[in-house]
This record gives sequence, C-alpha cells and structure tokens, in this order.
Amino acid sequence: MKKAERIGGNVASYVDDRTGAAKWLRKNLTKVFPDHWSFMLGEIVLYSFVILLLSGTFLTFWFDPSQREVVYEGSYEPLQDIKMSAAYASALHISFDVRGGLLMRQIHHWSALLFMAGMIAHLMRVFFTGAFRKPREANWLIGVGLVTLGIVEGFLGYSLPDDLLSGTGVRIAEAIIQALPVVGSYLAFFAFGGAFPGEAFIPRIYTVHVLLLPAAFLALITIHLMLVWYQKHTQYPGPGRTEKNVVGYPLMPIYMAKAGGFFFIVFGVTALLGALASINPIWLYGPYNPGQVSAGSQPDFYMGWLDGLVRMFPPLESYVLGYTISWNILIPGLIIPGILFTLMALYPFIESWMTGDKSEHHLLDRPRNNPNRTAIGAMSLSFVLVTLINGGNDLLATHFDLTINQIMWFSRIGVIVIPPLVFVITKRICLSLQRADREKVLHGRETGRLVMLPHGEFVEIHEELTAAEKFTLTQHLQPKALVVPDTDANGVKNPQGIKGKIRARFSQAHVEQIPAPTESEAKALGSGHH
Amino acid sequence: MNSGIKKISRYRRHRFAGPALLIVALITLGTTFQVASAVPSSSEKEIAPKSTLIEEGKRIYNFGCSTCHGLNLEGSGIAPSLIGVGGASVDFQVGTGRMPMADMSQQAMRKEPVYTEEETAALAAYVASLAPGPAVINEAQITYERDGNTAEGGELFRTNCAMCHNFAGQGGALTQGKYAPTVMGVDVKHIYEAMITGPQSMPVFSDKTITPEEKLSIIKWIKAAENEPNLGGASLGRVGPVTEGLLVWTLGLGLLIGIAVWLTVKAK
Repeated sequence: MKKAERIGGNVASYVDDRTGAAKWLRKNLTKVFPDHWSFMLGEIVLYSFVILLLSGTFLTFWFDPSQREVVYEGSYEPLQDIKMSAAYASALHISFDVRGGLLMRQIHHWSALLFMAGMIAHLMRVFFTGAFRKPREANWLIGVGLVTLGIVEGFLGYSLPDDLLSGTGVRIAEAIIQALPVVGSYLAFFAFGGAFPGEAFIPRIYTVHVLLLPAAFLALITIHLMLVWYQKHTQYPGPGRTEKNVVGYPLMPIYMAKAGGFFFIVFGVTALLGALASINPIWLYGPYNPGQVSAGSQPDFYMGWLDGLVRMFPPLESYVLGYTISWNILIPGLIIPGILFTLMALYPFIESWMTGDKSEHHLLDRPRNNPNRTAIGAMSLSFVLVTLINGGNDLLATHFDLTINQIMWFSRIGVIVIPPLVFVITKRICLSLQRADREKVLHGRETGRLVMLPHGEFVEIHEELTAAEKFTLTQHLQPKALVVPDTDANGVKNPQGIKGKIRARFSQAHVEQIPAPTESEAKALGSGHH
Repeated sequence: MNSGIKKISRYRRHRFAGPALLIVALITLGTTFQVASAVPSSSEKEIAPKSTLIEEGKRIYNFGCSTCHGLNLEGSGIAPSLIGVGGASVDFQVGTGRMPMADMSQQAMRKEPVYTEEETAALAAYVASLAPGPAVINEAQITYERDGNTAEGGELFRTNCAMCHNFAGQGGALTQGKYAPTVMGVDVKHIYEAMITGPQSMPVFSDKTITPEEKLSIIKWIKAAENEPNLGGASLGRVGPVTEGLLVWTLGLGLLIGIAVWLTVKAK
C-alpha cells in the first residue's frame, strides 16, 4: 500500500467510525437508474438552472436595479446623452463596457429560454408516459409549480433591463392586474407604488427575481429530486423490468460520469448560443418610455401563447355598478390560463378518478398504449400552439405575406375547432399503432422479400419478432371500464346517480384500446404463413 | 449504365431513401418554380428625343400611368388622384419601384424601378406642373451626416416610427395585409420624401411635426442602425423574441436532445 492510500484510508475510516458514512454512501452511490434519452430532459433543466445561477450572479455585480434617471455616457454611440433609468444604463454598461458582459448576458437569457423549453419538454415526457401516476402525484404538482414560477421568473428577468421591450411587457402586466374586477386598480397601484411606471417597480421585481424566486426554485428542485431519489425513477417496460425493480446502471460511476459530462455539454451549447446568436439586443430597443412602442413587440416564447390569447380575444367590456370589467383581458389573461394550469395540476387525480386506478405504477406507458391520455395531451398542446401562432401574428403576416386579420380569424376559430380534431386524430393514430403492434406480434415483421414456392405460390417472408420484442409489445395492462350497475343490491335504481354515469362514460373512453395478442392467439396462428 | 441502375436499385430500400427522394423532389420543384416564375428583365427603354421635361413627363404619364390615375390626374375607382401630390411623391413612388404597381395587391411594394432616373424626373416635373405640392428632394439637401444627431434621431424614431417600422427599422405588419416596410437600405432621399408625403398607410410628418433638422437626425439614426454590426452575434432578423424562441427549440433543445440520444446509444 502506498503512503497516500494509507493516509486516505485512515481518514476515511476515522470519518466512517464516527458517522457511519460508508454504509450510507455505498447504498446511495450504487443506486440504480434506468437509461433512456428522455430521462435526460430534466437534467437539461437542472443544468440550465445552475448556469442561470452562475451567470445571474455575474450580472448582479454590475446591474443597478434603480429607476433613477441618468444620462448615458457609455461607449454605445447611438444612445449618447440620452436620459434613461440607471437600470437600463447599467444593462448597457454590462453589454459594452464589462469584459465578457454581453456574452454573460446572452448566456443568461439563452439559458433562461432553454430552462423553460427543457421544462416543457420534460413535462411532456412525464405526461405522455404516465410517469405522474401514483405514487408520483406530489412530484407532478411540484413540477407544475416550477413551470408556473419559471414563467413568472422569466418574465421578471425580461422586464429588468428597462428597455423599450421590457417596459411594454410590464405595461401589459399592469393591464392584466387592472383587469381584475373591483380590486384591479388598487392592486396595480400597490404593485407599482403609484401610477405606472413609477419608480418602485424595478427595485421590487429585482428582489423577487434574484432572491425570492431563485430560493423557491432551489427548494422545490431539491424536493423534486429527493422524491425522484426516494420513490425511484420510473422505467420503460421491457423484459426483466417489473413494477418492483429498476433495471439500469449504478449512479457511481456510470451516471456520475454521464451526468457530469452532460452538464458541460449543456453549458457548451448555451455558451455556443450566447456567443453566436444575439438575444434581446437592448441597445437597439432604446430606454423605456411609456410614449413609445415598437411594432412586433412580443414576450419570450413561454408567454407567447398568453399574448396570442389576448391578441385574439374579441373586444368585450361591461360596466357593472360603476366598475368596468374588461373581459377582453380578464378572460384570456387570467381566467383561461388559470383553468388550464388548474386542469394540468389536477390531471393525475382526474385520470385516477376516471379509470378508478388506485394502484402504484413504476413502469411507464408507451404513449400509444394509452390513447385517451395521449390524445388529451396532444389536444392541449394544439391549443397552446394555435395561441402561440397568434402571438407571433404580426411577424407571420410580414414574413409569409399573410394578413393579421386572417391569422387572427384562423386562431379564433382554430383554437376552438383544432383541439377536438387533434384529440380524435391522435386517438385514432394511437389505436392504429396498437393494431400495427398486434399485427407485428402475430405475423412478424414484413421483410419485403417475396419468395416463390415450388407449387408457384408467391409469399412474403415475415420475420418473427424476438421473445424480448414480443414481450415489450404485449406487456401493457388491459384495463377494464368501470361498470355502474343499473340497480344495487337493495334494488335501488341508478345507485351512483348522474356522477356515476359520467364516470363510467369517461372510464369507457379511457380504456378504449386494441387488445394485445394473447398466447393462445399466437399459437392458433402457429406455423402458417400469412 | 447497367451497374449504375444496380447501384441505385441497391439503395432504394435504404432507410434514408424516402427522405432523400423527397428533398430532391422539393428542390427540383422549387428551382423549376423559381426559374419559371422569374420576371423577364425589362428590355432597354427607348428614350424619346428630348423636348421639354414636362412634355416628356406627360408622354410617359399618358402611356404608363393614365389608365389608373386618369388622363388629367383625377384618379379613378382603383387609384387616387395625383392632383397636388407634388414631385416628391412621384419621385418616391416611382423611384422606389412602387409605381407602377406589379399587381392590385393590398399595397404597392418596393421593387426594381421600372423607369430610369430621367424618366422619373420627367414624370415628377409633369405632375408638379399641374398643381403645387412638396417638391422633389435633392440628395445634396440632405446633409444628415453634418446636421443630424444619431441619439436624438433614435428617440424621434422610437416615438414616431417604431410603432409601425419596428425598433430597429425592420418593418412590421399593419391591418388587412398592409405593412410598414423595412427602412433599411433605402436611399436617404426616399426616406425624406416618405416623411413629407406619407405614402400609402403612412401619415405625413410635416415640418411642423418633425422639423427638417429632426428629419435629418432620424435619417442619421436609420443609417447608423443599418451600418451597425450585429454586436451580439447573428441578428436573428432584429425582430424580437419570436425568432429567439424558434432558435432555442430547434438548435438549442434540438441539439441537446440529439446529444442525449447519442449519449444513451453510445453507453450501450
């Protein structure tokens, strides 16, 4: 034994004798995680968060969150001697007069977009594979909370530089606050410390942006990961994988190396974007001035769908007891997103109620094997996508030779018509894919090789699937619809009332699927060629 | 020859054969369309022997403009009257190729001018001779480099122009398919004339609203924006967060997902 090893060993056993760390470390370092690319979407989010913390801290060294009026005397010529807020001036200072400042600003903004995009992609993975089912409902709720806070945090960051685009966004936020009936104008005065824009807003949102929300993120992400650790990671179905085990690789050394490497890859891609592609060129927007606005003012993409909703809503207003209620802002700005996020948060409970499924699930669903859920997801995405398209209606109009009015009417009608269509189409596609799977299991894979038999018959060679492939395609559960009896044991008619009937109807829709081939069916086909 | 066919035949069942064929077909279709729809370049125009400028203008007007604008500039159901629009308006509309219109779309668009500079000047002289209006701007009058102030021009641009032309002068959408065109790459003379004549949906910015010096500042800012290098890397069109969002979902997340798939495959 070398001297260094001996010393290391002594230190380790000294610590272990007093803390029992070895046992704990052994248990946790050998913890097994399943392997799939889609399980790395959450990692993208986590690493983007780390990048956000690091680059954000760098920016705070120079950023001056104040609306105090200053005269610009930095090195960007076209804004020379212009009056602006200290916040905007310091953001310009970071961009042009701090070494690496612009790169850091751009990395910060790009990684914020990646953070949100990654979160949405991760959410889609969790939704479409049914990873939110028991026992992971709490983690789903935390995830929905993180998305919501992410939207708020991103918006605040977008507002901080106090350029023309920021201010335009803040003004819209103020309008949405004001749209709240009765209390709206009071709340707006409270938030802005007086009339818009006032001098209080930037310092206030700065505190929320750099202190309150990052702390909330840190706490929620920690709980989110601890729950993943404690409840173990879900896995895709396959041979040898059950509800009671996890098949994969140990944390140490496989995932330590893989995750560590992936962190640097995420950092690399973010730095690449930051170095090569301009994002939010605040110097071109100029300082915020409530009297100015730019054509094509948009929020970042994660709020684009909200902007699109507001843009498409018909101008409705009513006057009740001397109060104005702006339905045109209230409904698309608050009520619809409120309903959507509530439904999203409650979805695990809604699905469990519909199916009556109260069992634990650690094996993921292939999206096609749960057609109803996949269709619900696709439907919701199509809704958001139509509104997002309308959020960029002005750019679509100029770049694709369309008219804003056409796009608006397309969205107004599309937002109602397209989601149900997408639901039906997706469900049919899922069922067709199930049929294809069934076909494949029973008849093998079509090879495209035609063979002429001695007696002149032509047949196509079908290649039988391996046992493992067959298992993967047939292992999924075949749930039965809930049945509500017409009369209960005591002869009472319709025991569960209308609620029971609705539930039975939902359950029926939810379990609709093509039966997986059974062993006897496979045997019956046996050796014949088909 | 035969081996060539065999070679193709061998690859026709390849995994990427379908997509590759689709790409080839799309490119062929696109190129054919591009070639077929290209407007034949206008042939050399015969310049009639010079009489007076106004008479020459009248001849061109009667020949090329009167169908829509009327023999006496009175306009018609499809085109406005040109009485009193002045030489500046003619110089802007014809000099930027907007007039004559290519088709009856929502708005005349900027294109390669149909008339030469001399012909445009003759047309302007003819239209100006019938009723008073803003005169053609002489390029030499626009001393923006000497008399303009970039920063002040920026403020004026953001206050008066950005709501339609976008913060960086890239243009923007208006209602019913109309649009505010980009102000990048436009002759200073034409920018000035646009401000004083208010072409199409644009309002007139008279010298009382925006003084001539302020107009020079606006032009100076526009030229500064036009010549400003993209300080943060690829500009993404200078149109705001929409293209940024597009890039983060395609290049950003797309690349990372690609790497994640690669890492997972590689590990096996």
